[in-house]
Amino acid sequence: MNLLRGPLIFLGLLAAWQALVSLTGVESFILPAPFAVAKALAARWDLLAEHAGVTILEILLGLAFGSLLGAASALLIAAFRPARDWLLPVLVVSQAVPVFALAPLLVLWFGYGLASKVVMATLIIYFPVTAAFYDGLKRTDPGWLDLARTMGGGRLAVLRVIRIPAALPALASGLRVATAVAPIGAVVGEWVGSSAGLGYLMLHANARLQIDLMFAALFVLAVFAVLLYFAVDRALRLALPWQAEQS
Amino acid sequence: MTTAAPIAVHLHAARLSYGGAVVFEDLDLDLPAGRITCLLGPSGVGKTSLLRLVAGLTDNDSGGGGGGTELPGTAADQGGRAVQGRVAYMAQQDLLLPWASVLGNVLLGPRLRGEHRDPDIVERARDLIAQVGLKGREAELPSRLSGGMRQRVALARTLAEDRPIVLMDEPFSALDAITRFALQELAANLLAERTVLLVTHDPLEALRLGHRIHVMSGSPARLETALDVDDGRTELPAPPRDPADADILARQADLLKRLARARDTMAELT
Repeated sequence: MNLLRGPLIFLGLLAAWQALVSLTGVESFILPAPFAVAKALAARWDLLAEHAGVTILEILLGLAFGSLLGAASALLIAAFRPARDWLLPVLVVSQAVPVFALAPLLVLWFGYGLASKVVMATLIIYFPVTAAFYDGLKRTDPGWLDLARTMGGGRLAVLRVIRIPAALPALASGLRVATAVAPIGAVVGEWVGSSAGLGYLMLHANARLQIDLMFAALFVLAVFAVLLYFAVDRALRLALPWQAEQS
Repeated sequence: MTTAAPIAVHLHAARLSYGGAVVFEDLDLDLPAGRITCLLGPSGVGKTSLLRLVAGLTDNDSGGGGGGTELPGTAADQGGRAVQGRVAYMAQQDLLLPWASVLGNVLLGPRLRGEHRDPDIVERARDLIAQVGLKGREAELPSRLSGGMRQRVALARTLAEDRPIVLMDEPFSALDAITRFALQELAANLLAERTVLLVTHDPLEALRLGHRIHVMSGSPARLETALDVDDGRTELPAPPRDPADADILARQADLLKRLARARDTMAELT
C-alpha cells in the first residue's frame, strides 16, 4: 500500500484536474486538460529536455556552492569566537533582505547566463544550511564535552572528533531544506532575465499563449525537484546510519 | 593494573554556592591512594558538584542554571600538585558517541590526543574490551548494544585512559539490578589499585565496593565517615563484597537510616 500511495495520489490529482476542465469548460489557454499537457510534453520533448538541462545544472551548482559555503561558515563561526562575534550579526541582518529582491541586481552583475542563477540559488540555500549546522555545533551534549575535557582534548580535536560528527544530523536537516528551496532560486533567477532554462521557457510559452507547453515545463520541474529531494534524503540517511537508530 | 603508582587526593576548603545559597563551604575530602571512596547522600546535597570539583570540571558549567556558580578549592595530590590531567571520568549516562564503534568509543581519549594510531594503545583497548566481556563486538555501533553492554563499553573507555584517579558519578544507577550487580563486580576488580571516588545513591553498592564511605548531608553540606576499613577497627573482606553477608546487610540497614535522616534534614531546611 505504501508503494502504491504515491502513484494513487498522482492519479487522483490528474482525475480532479480533468474533472475541473470537463465540468467548467474552461478555455484551454487558461487551464489545459492533462491530456493536452501530456501531448505537449511528448511533442516538445527535445525543447523541454534542453531547457531542463540548464535549470538542473543551475540547481545542482547552487546546491553545491550554497552547501559548501554554508557548512564552512558554520564551522568558522563555531570554531573561532571573533568570527562568531563579527559574522553572526551580519548573517542575521542579511536575512532581512529578501533574496528575490536581489534577483535583478544579480542579473545586472552576473549576466543573463548561468552565473546569476547559480548565485541566486547559492544565496537562498546558504542561510538555512549555515543556521542548521551552526545550531547543531552549538548543541553538543555537555556530557561529551566534560568527558573530552578530562581526556585532555584540544579545542580543535574536540571539534573534529565530537562536535562536527554530532552536528551532522542538524546539517542534514539544513541540506534537506536547501534541496527543497534550490529550484526556487534558479527559476526566479530565470524569470528576471535569462536566455535558457525552464523558467525562461515558461515565460515565453506564457507570452505566446502556449499554456500546454508552460504546464509541461512546470511538470518537468516538479518531477525533477521531487526526485532530487528523495535522492538527497536517501543519500543523507545512508551517510548517517546511526542517526535513525538513535532517536 | 595501572602503569602509574596510586596517588592520594586531598581536596581542601572546597566551597560551592549556587544562586546565592551555599551548598558547601570549608569542606575537606581525602581520597586514600589505591582505595575506593564512596560518597552517599540525598539528591541535591552536592555530591555531583563535589565530584566535578575534583575532576576540574567546574568552570565548564554550560547552561549555568541561574546565578553564579563558584567552586574554589582545587584537588591536589600528596605533593600538592593539582590532579587535573590525571583523572578519568565516568558518568551515569554512558556518553558513548553513537556514530563510533565500540573500539572507536574506547579509543576516544587517544583519538582526542592524536594517539589512536599507536598499535600498543589499540592493542590495550581491544584487551580492555575483552576484559569487560565484549570480545568480538568491537566493530558494532552502540545502538546495537543493551544498556548494560553500553555501560561496559564506558567502563572500558574509562580504564583505557589509564589514569591513577577514577571519578564515577552514579555509573550503574540506570541499570537493572542484575546487570548492576555484575558490573559492580567487574568494576571492583578492574579498578583495583586506582584511587576511586564513586558517587552513588545506593548504600549496598557503596558497601560492596567501598573501602571508605562518606555520607554527605545538611546545608551547607558536611561529610560524615560511615565506613573506613583502614581505621583499625573495621574487619571487612576486600571488594567486591558479598551482598548476602550478614554484616553487610546490617551495615546497609544502618546506612539507610542515616540517609533517611539526612534527607529529612534537607527537607526541613528547604
